[in-house]
Amino acid sequence: MTDSIDQSVRFVSVPDYIPTITGLYADGFTMCVDLTAVDYLLYTNRNVPSGVVAQRFEVVVNLLSMAKRERIRLRLQVAEGESVPSLFDIHPSTEAMEREVFDMFGIVFDGHPDLTRILMPEDWDGHPLRKDYAQGRIPVQFKGAAS
Amino acid sequence: MTSTEITSAGAATSEGGQELQLRTDVSQKALMREAGAVLRMSESAAAAMADVATDVGEDQSMIINMGPQHPSTHGVLRLMLELQGETVLRCKPVIGYLHTGMEKTGESLTYMQGGTNVTRMDYLSPLNNELVFSMATEKLLGIDGEIPERAQWMRMLLSELNRMSSHLLFMATNGMDLGAVSMMLYGWREREEVLRFFQKVTGLRMNHNFIRPGGVAADLPAGWRDDVLSLLDMLPDRLAEYEVLMTGQPIWRERLQGVGVITQSEAIALAATGPILRSTGVAWDLRKDMPYLRYRDVEFDVVVGVHGDAYDRYAIRLQEIRESMRIVRQILDKMPLGDYRIQNKKVTPPPRGRIDESMEALIHHFKIFTEGFRVPEGEAYVAIESPRGEIGCYIASDGSSVPYRMHVRAPSFVNVQCLPHMMRGGLVADAVAVISSIDPVLGEVDR
Repeated sequence: MTDSIDQSVRFVSVPDYIPTITGLYADGFTMCVDLTAVDYLLYTNRNVPSGVVAQRFEVVVNLLSMAKRERIRLRLQVAEGESVPSLFDIHPSTEAMEREVFDMFGIVFDGHPDLTRILMPEDWDGHPLRKDYAQGRIPVQFKGAAS
Repeated sequence: MTSTEITSAGAATSEGGQELQLRTDVSQKALMREAGAVLRMSESAAAAMADVATDVGEDQSMIINMGPQHPSTHGVLRLMLELQGETVLRCKPVIGYLHTGMEKTGESLTYMQGGTNVTRMDYLSPLNNELVFSMATEKLLGIDGEIPERAQWMRMLLSELNRMSSHLLFMATNGMDLGAVSMMLYGWREREEVLRFFQKVTGLRMNHNFIRPGGVAADLPAGWRDDVLSLLDMLPDRLAEYEVLMTGQPIWRERLQGVGVITQSEAIALAATGPILRSTGVAWDLRKDMPYLRYRDVEFDVVVGVHGDAYDRYAIRLQEIRESMRIVRQILDKMPLGDYRIQNKKVTPPPRGRIDESMEALIHHFKIFTEGFRVPEGEAYVAIESPRGEIGCYIASDGSSVPYRMHVRAPSFVNVQCLPHMMRGGLVADAVAVISSIDPVLGEVDR
């Protein structure tokens, strides 16, 4: 457990991801407010506490305990190509959020009931929020248009 | 309808796996998992609820599209409904039609320019978007404790007026969706009065980019107090008119009461916030529970419902307009004098007058608006209460003048997940009322 600018942050790795979330759920963190990801491809020397192996992707989960009026943030290190267990069974609210992360970063969530793209068209190539997907470099794709 | 018909008719616009699949193509287990997870029960318990038929024959149900081009879907929300007669068996929102990659765009705009981007997400409460973005930036800069008092109270004033304008528009669209066309005109009319005040203060009716890291862009114009007072004098009578027109009216009640019901545990499981969560009786309002700005210093009540239906959500929003007016009155009394933005050379450009006199000021001004200011490395999540619920901003900074990653936790994006649950087992005619009661803004759903 560390803190980042007065906010509680906990670093986790994929094996202890679900146990941590389950433990926090029992501890009163019953609402998963937000789940997103960051691609640290171009920012490899970021600050992580000693003992944490920084990976390319980080899934960021914001949990809220309404009883304690507290928030906690989990930063899950995910290597490229590694899949992450889905939180759907604990927090159904992550259904759309995990789909968004899959769509935008290509991180696969195991056990998600419906892991499809959510914002981009179904036949889109690539994952736009990855850092190696440059802005404006890829021509706009139109469906069914003669190319 | 067979699957071949669907593919041939809709091949050009198909979203493939994102769409609602035919019942025959989905396993019974998946159907139950979908329901069970939302109802927070085991799959077998969910099956035993029998609130909707689960053994529907192949030719007894049909899937219809509602939207994306449909007047009551508030923009480009597309719902796929599986109907048996008039009953909705399943529903799936298909989103992304308004996706413009705003989070990606945010990675190339400096913290100074970022406001112009985020303000366009929830275009009905732009000031709240700017506020949360500015607060996240200030948190990273470590200046969140140094924002001048007047700036804090001005932010509160604008945020509350924005809540009023957003809820007034909800009154309009909710009325229109349910056939109360005069309500549509009244709601837009009153909202316009609020926007007129915004125009006077910020120069624009919408997409203001007025709340900026470090404070606000300009001081309040002369005569602002009278303008706010005339707003506050006008609105109570108009709101009383709404009550006469809708609240007690039998048709209105019949259309909304008991429609789109959601329970407390479901709302929490689905991370629904704002009026949806409060309609189930949870008194959760970030202004009260995790106060920001100066909400500790004003008195107001958190409005909660009992039944968690569309009627409660309507009544909560109507009453929240009154609570916001109450806050605004207190802000009028307590508005301090002083700076409207932080006097920190790092984030605040020099005043216009200085630019004519001093070369350094000119250079400084130029640097701030072209290169921007550098923000220390780190990451922060800040959340505030927007009219639609918790809007959060997560920024990861690599120490440069643009965010390394800027994510907005959009309340509508999360709240739209409640739709399948609220519509399950309801009538197709109520679908419109349910969408309306969520009050989604597609600009922030799709970002």
